[in-house]
Amino acid sequence: MAGIPLVYSLRNLAVRRTSTTLTALGIGAVAWVFIFTLALAGGFEAALRTTGSPKNAIVVRSGAASELMSIVSREGASSIMAQPEIARAADGSPFAASELVVIWNLERNSGSTTNVIVRGVSPHSLALREKAKLHAGRMFRPGLNEIVVGKLVSERFKQCALDDKIKLAGREWSVVGILDAAGSAYDSEVWGDVELFMPVFDRPVFQNVTLRLDDPTHFEALKKRLEADPRYSLQVRREDEFYAAQSGMMATFLRGLGLFVTTIMALGAVFGALNTMYASVASRTKEIGTLLALGFSRGAVMTSVLVESVALCLVGGAIGCLLALPVRSFTTGTMSFATFSELAFRFDVTPMMMVSGLVFAALMGLVGGFFPARRAAMMPITEAVRQA
Amino acid sequence: MKYLGYITAHLWRHKRRTFLTVSSIAIALFLFCTLRTVMTSFDAALRASADTRLVVRHAASLVFPLPLSYRDRLAQIDGITGVSYGNWFGGVYQDPKNNFAQFAVEVPTFVKLFPEVEMPPDQVSAFQAERTSCIVGATLAAKYGWKLGDVVPIQGTIYPGEYRFTVRGIYKGKTADVDENTLYFHWDYLNEAMPAVRKDWVGIYWLEIPNGDMAADVSGRVDALYANSSQPTKTETEKAFQASFISMMGNVSLLMTILGSAILFAILLVTINTMMMAARERSTEIAVLKTIGFSDGLVLRLVGAEAILVSVTGGTLGCVAAWLIFQRVDFTAGGMFPNFTVMPQTVGLGIVIAIAMGLVSGLVPALQAGRLRIATALRKVA
Amino acid sequence: MKPNESASPPEALIRLRDVHKIYRRDKIEIPVLTGLSMEVKAGEFLALMGPSGSGKSTLLNLIAGIDTPSRGEVWVAGASLGALKPDRLAAWRARNVGFIFQLYNLIPVLTAYQNVELPLLLTRLNGAERKKRVRLALELVGLQDRDRHFPYQLSGGQEQRIAIARAIVGDPTLLVADEPTGDLDAKNAEEILTLLQRLNQEMGKTIVMVTHDPHAAERAHATLHLEKGVLREQEGASR
Repeated sequence: MAGIPLVYSLRNLAVRRTSTTLTALGIGAVAWVFIFTLALAGGFEAALRTTGSPKNAIVVRSGAASELMSIVSREGASSIMAQPEIARAADGSPFAASELVVIWNLERNSGSTTNVIVRGVSPHSLALREKAKLHAGRMFRPGLNEIVVGKLVSERFKQCALDDKIKLAGREWSVVGILDAAGSAYDSEVWGDVELFMPVFDRPVFQNVTLRLDDPTHFEALKKRLEADPRYSLQVRREDEFYAAQSGMMATFLRGLGLFVTTIMALGAVFGALNTMYASVASRTKEIGTLLALGFSRGAVMTSVLVESVALCLVGGAIGCLLALPVRSFTTGTMSFATFSELAFRFDVTPMMMVSGLVFAALMGLVGGFFPARRAAMMPITEAVRQA
Repeated sequence: MKYLGYITAHLWRHKRRTFLTVSSIAIALFLFCTLRTVMTSFDAALRASADTRLVVRHAASLVFPLPLSYRDRLAQIDGITGVSYGNWFGGVYQDPKNNFAQFAVEVPTFVKLFPEVEMPPDQVSAFQAERTSCIVGATLAAKYGWKLGDVVPIQGTIYPGEYRFTVRGIYKGKTADVDENTLYFHWDYLNEAMPAVRKDWVGIYWLEIPNGDMAADVSGRVDALYANSSQPTKTETEKAFQASFISMMGNVSLLMTILGSAILFAILLVTINTMMMAARERSTEIAVLKTIGFSDGLVLRLVGAEAILVSVTGGTLGCVAAWLIFQRVDFTAGGMFPNFTVMPQTVGLGIVIAIAMGLVSGLVPALQAGRLRIATALRKVA
Repeated sequence: MKPNESASPPEALIRLRDVHKIYRRDKIEIPVLTGLSMEVKAGEFLALMGPSGSGKSTLLNLIAGIDTPSRGEVWVAGASLGALKPDRLAAWRARNVGFIFQLYNLIPVLTAYQNVELPLLLTRLNGAERKKRVRLALELVGLQDRDRHFPYQLSGGQEQRIAIARAIVGDPTLLVADEPTGDLDAKNAEEILTLLQRLNQEMGKTIVMVTHDPHAAERAHATLHLEKGVLREQEGASR
């Protein structure tokens, strides 16, 4: 069975230039929305997913889904520090940090306010977070009214640039450093000395103890021992899993919204593609009749029309992908329900998402081309050839 | 309109094309209404909040509580006619996915300060009388099939342990904007269950003032009173409080606007294409009309009117469908939008957009039709 | 034959003076009519003949006011067509000319009735009056029972008769026909020609008809031959 050359399908698209461009742009916009919503949910999840490390464990109060709901007493923290599964720092001390987490209302550059996580950290805190690096300035000095802020906090909030002074809990603090945590949640946090924060924020307890395991396989042993201790009612989680689980509701909402919008929108665009392809077939009645008369099979004609439709939508998909690239530089913030505070994140456009966008476009082409293709293939030759 | 027959004749004869075009516009406007309603449902919370109620919270953040001792001091302040208070409970009913708000409230004053929460008098007194009772919104009750007398177990997250409440009232909102997705129960009941260190702490105070003009003055005096205490306060109208709560959601409205515009843009392009194809097939016919004596302007208007008719039909269908569907379907997205109702203004705006889409999509074909030279168009065929 | 009773004294209904029509295509000038002058009296039935490319269709279009001359003057029914703005010209066409095409050119999506009604939409007539006129026109062409049919449901001859009904429904003074029988078989062609003749004789319509068929031309009072943009000779009426 001879096939109709690919060139034939492509030439038809080139001939109907205006129509091809308009339809392709329309499909492109749908692909763009598809990638946009994927990137939105993906960026949010990635921020939380990359926050934790599989090498670390985090200890919180049993039942606490986020640090905010957690309480770890000083005694509890000391008992955790004494566990044998904790790696050693260079100075021989346990490679672990007891931390305080509060949320504080800060003013955005736009003037509105939102909650931001303020974390009281220990000397090992920064080293424990391998992704977080000091990006500018220096680390705060313990005991002084100094803080370092995440990069996205610095960009998005008032008085959070390097060397600015900001009021928290009735005191004025100097911003002495900017943290770059590679897009993870720490980019949306403010860090200061935990031993100073506890009296200032009037908090007698820690929220978590984060520790480096000497060997990731020792996690279960540590978990078993600590969770069995009746004095403290603690819960041990792998740090990466703990943060990833916090994306739950918001990520579900963002994904749900994306799926809802793109599915329905795709249906609308497919209707448009159907119109275009029906018109394309109708205007070529005689030509298709001739092809059939020449001996091309109905299958070949159908394939040819389908190829045309898929090619049309792929052009659109490619446009959508190209236009989605600049989306990567967008940063947005939304509330993380787990911590009740703002989590800023970058849209995450991955190659996988772009491929999905293309596949999505091709799928629209297949659906939008199917019925017109079938119509072309079923054309009665005699009538078709006679048509004007 | 005597030309209506001519305009609709094409639409009738190309039923499939008309159906597809009308449907895709309907879909675009349906989505527009949905996204727009995400935005307006936030506003509904704002509209539902009175400006004769003030909210007092810890100056640092909502998560820090205030001492119960503030109650009596607040009641003595000039211009305050009522004080109530409550705590956000944040519990889970059966599954974390069942997301709705629970508030522990001081019942006698709550009933007085929130007249928009309406119940039959016997349910009000039943709620007041029983310490372990609760009231639930009508929407919430319908969703989980709760009836009066049912026991609702809620697992605490902020407050550990399971709490069992007996439903003694099902409230309705006085206006459509009032959220009917909340469970209210006795603050005393929660407070008694707390260990000593967590007793007598209040999440927020509500203050009643005689009129909205006094809000700034009263707020200022409350905050001044506690400015130098270890629990400073931030007092604002309930409206302002809601607004800051909404702003915590981030730029949802920008997101919705971007998505909405992209959708309308996509469908607009596709529609322009369809209209142009339709007009192109018709150039002989338009030449004939002009030969008969139809002026350029009339032909332009006829072609444009067809595009607008298609667009408005589709737009109206889409908007009305959104309106009907979201009246029936519970679309609270896990409690995020307690009041997901399509506003009449949204429908109106949708139809205006549809008209605009019709104008834009009909513009090029209409101009082409208007400019068409008879002799040139007819020569093609002859 | 009877002179036209309804129209003004037998002076020229159509008068062309030194008319040139030049088409431009890619900077090349193609002269189609070169200094043509002619007159047609009211009530006349004139046939235009000539080989293809001789300019007969162009001449017809100029007379019908759907094209304008490059140079020279075209006077029809008291108006100088070259001087009219497009909208005035359209209004003039609606009032004065009925056009009959070779391929009928009925609007495919409209019924026969709606097709005939089209020109009346441009008038101030109300629905009832329009209906009366349409019925009358359909009766005149003998197709009153086909009013609800769409063009594709009619034969070629029927389509052309509907097209003629459409041309006369507005009661224009002038009918122009471009090869009205060109796409019809002999029998249908005869019927159409008879109809045109009746319209000319009984209703006093002035008719200008382009044709390449000598039999068709015989039905006219006079025949003009065009060749390379100029008139070759003028013959008297055949009967």
